[in-house]
Amino acid sequence: MKPFNPRAVELAAPKQQRNWDWRAAANFICGGAGGSLLFCAAFAGLDLSATRIAVFLGLALIGCGLTCVWFEIGRPWRAMNVYRHFATSWMTREAVVALVVFATGGLALLTGSKLLLILSGACGLGFLYSQARILAANKGIPSWRHPASVPLMISTGLAEGAGFIVGIAAVFSSDPGNTLLFVLLALLAVRAWCWRRYLAGLTATGAPVAALKVLESLGPRFHTFGNGLPAVAVVAMLVGLPGRSLMSLLAGMLVVASGWFLKYTLVRRAAFTQGLAVNHLPVRGRGPSGPAAKPGWKMMPGGNRG
Amino acid sequence: MTRYVMTIDLRRCVGCQTCTAACKGANATPPGIQWRRVLDIESGEFPDVRRTFLPVACMHCGDPPCEHVCPTRATTKRADGLVAIDYDLCIGCANCVMACPYDARSIVHEPRYAYGDAPMASEAARFDPARIGVSMKCTFCKDRIDHAERTGLVPGVDPEVTPACVNSCISGAMGFGNIEDPQSSVSQLLADTQHFRMHEELGTEPGVYYVWDKS
Repeated sequence: MKPFNPRAVELAAPKQQRNWDWRAAANFICGGAGGSLLFCAAFAGLDLSATRIAVFLGLALIGCGLTCVWFEIGRPWRAMNVYRHFATSWMTREAVVALVVFATGGLALLTGSKLLLILSGACGLGFLYSQARILAANKGIPSWRHPASVPLMISTGLAEGAGFIVGIAAVFSSDPGNTLLFVLLALLAVRAWCWRRYLAGLTATGAPVAALKVLESLGPRFHTFGNGLPAVAVVAMLVGLPGRSLMSLLAGMLVVASGWFLKYTLVRRAAFTQGLAVNHLPVRGRGPSGPAAKPGWKMMPGGNRG
Repeated sequence: MTRYVMTIDLRRCVGCQTCTAACKGANATPPGIQWRRVLDIESGEFPDVRRTFLPVACMHCGDPPCEHVCPTRATTKRADGLVAIDYDLCIGCANCVMACPYDARSIVHEPRYAYGDAPMASEAARFDPARIGVSMKCTFCKDRIDHAERTGLVPGVDPEVTPACVNSCISGAMGFGNIEDPQSSVSQLLADTQHFRMHEELGTEPGVYYVWDKS
């Protein structure tokens, strides 16, 4: 990390967090997609070989994310403390669910058992949920703690998983069925709605100006390339236009890439701290008290401008 | 019951940073890390402008978000209200750094010294390897508070068992004591003044009270 030496007057304003870099972002990017991929693989109805590829990819993604975050923590050789000194945080739950995911997913891969596949899918969904709650539990970052961030993280995770499945079906299976395409379309609609709800909620309750600027600039690109274009491709496939395999692959890749970019933006670029504030400026001498000061915010909670 | 809190009278603070220096001296924090800071906030629009000095550090919250997110129970809230970190349990995941709305926590991943790679004699003598790669923050000088338990001295009254920043304050802006004791200086000050706690709307129940006017 580069040293950060703000001027005195900048110290109170929200600052972009500098403790979780791309490695932490990779955990949310890969882990969420991997968990969701396991869930989607359990119910997609693909043939066994394609299902095995999906499960392997899901486990590999989760493993990749956890490895990245392992390289980020300050004391990596103490990582087992998460299991030795059990807590009730969502990070602990994520670590516990990860163990079960690897156990059930690994066995499902080896045996091809439908029951184990469903079990690993359920655990994958639990992993995705835990990750969404990890972000939301962090009160120091307004763009994470907003309650609408949980459905946003889950919806994009699910869309990414479905995107992966559609792509895998296009490459390794005969064809993604229309049911799968309808599910992807529905998930894209849900993700777009969750994004709008999240951004509107954040703007209404107040957030650091810098965070809102980053998120608002993301919106048009996310909707165009992440939701619009894949939706057009899916509709084209549903009405029977030619090039179905290529369009499936492209739609899946766009959905996944846009979801990953959204999560990277949320974890890194839009992650501004709460900053510090003075609710009442002090009375000095005979003068009156002054109004509240909250540097770097668009709106004070309750609607007062800071 | 005991709940140690700090009071900071914003009317008195002159922004001298003596508390910052005292904290650094007492806790030997590395360069770039200040457990206690005094912020200089400029607000308003010309010609009606204000300058306010705002001392900040860990708020030792009653419902600390850092404790909720800790995956190893390294961060705990003590019975006397102090939020403590067990450096031996902490894995340095920085989740608590993200959870703190007061920018109070930091992690240093490698030793830092004031002049290059080699420590000065004083830095070498006070270097604590246990604090590398783990989360750290203001402790309310908990060793002194623990000393009060053993000696019967009173934090906030006896300097030996009072946080270094409070002892050092040249204008008497900072106070420390047990808010559960109605006779303590902090309880009496809060009864006589108007005060606020920062970001109280987040439900953290901070243990630092900022005084801004008489009642």
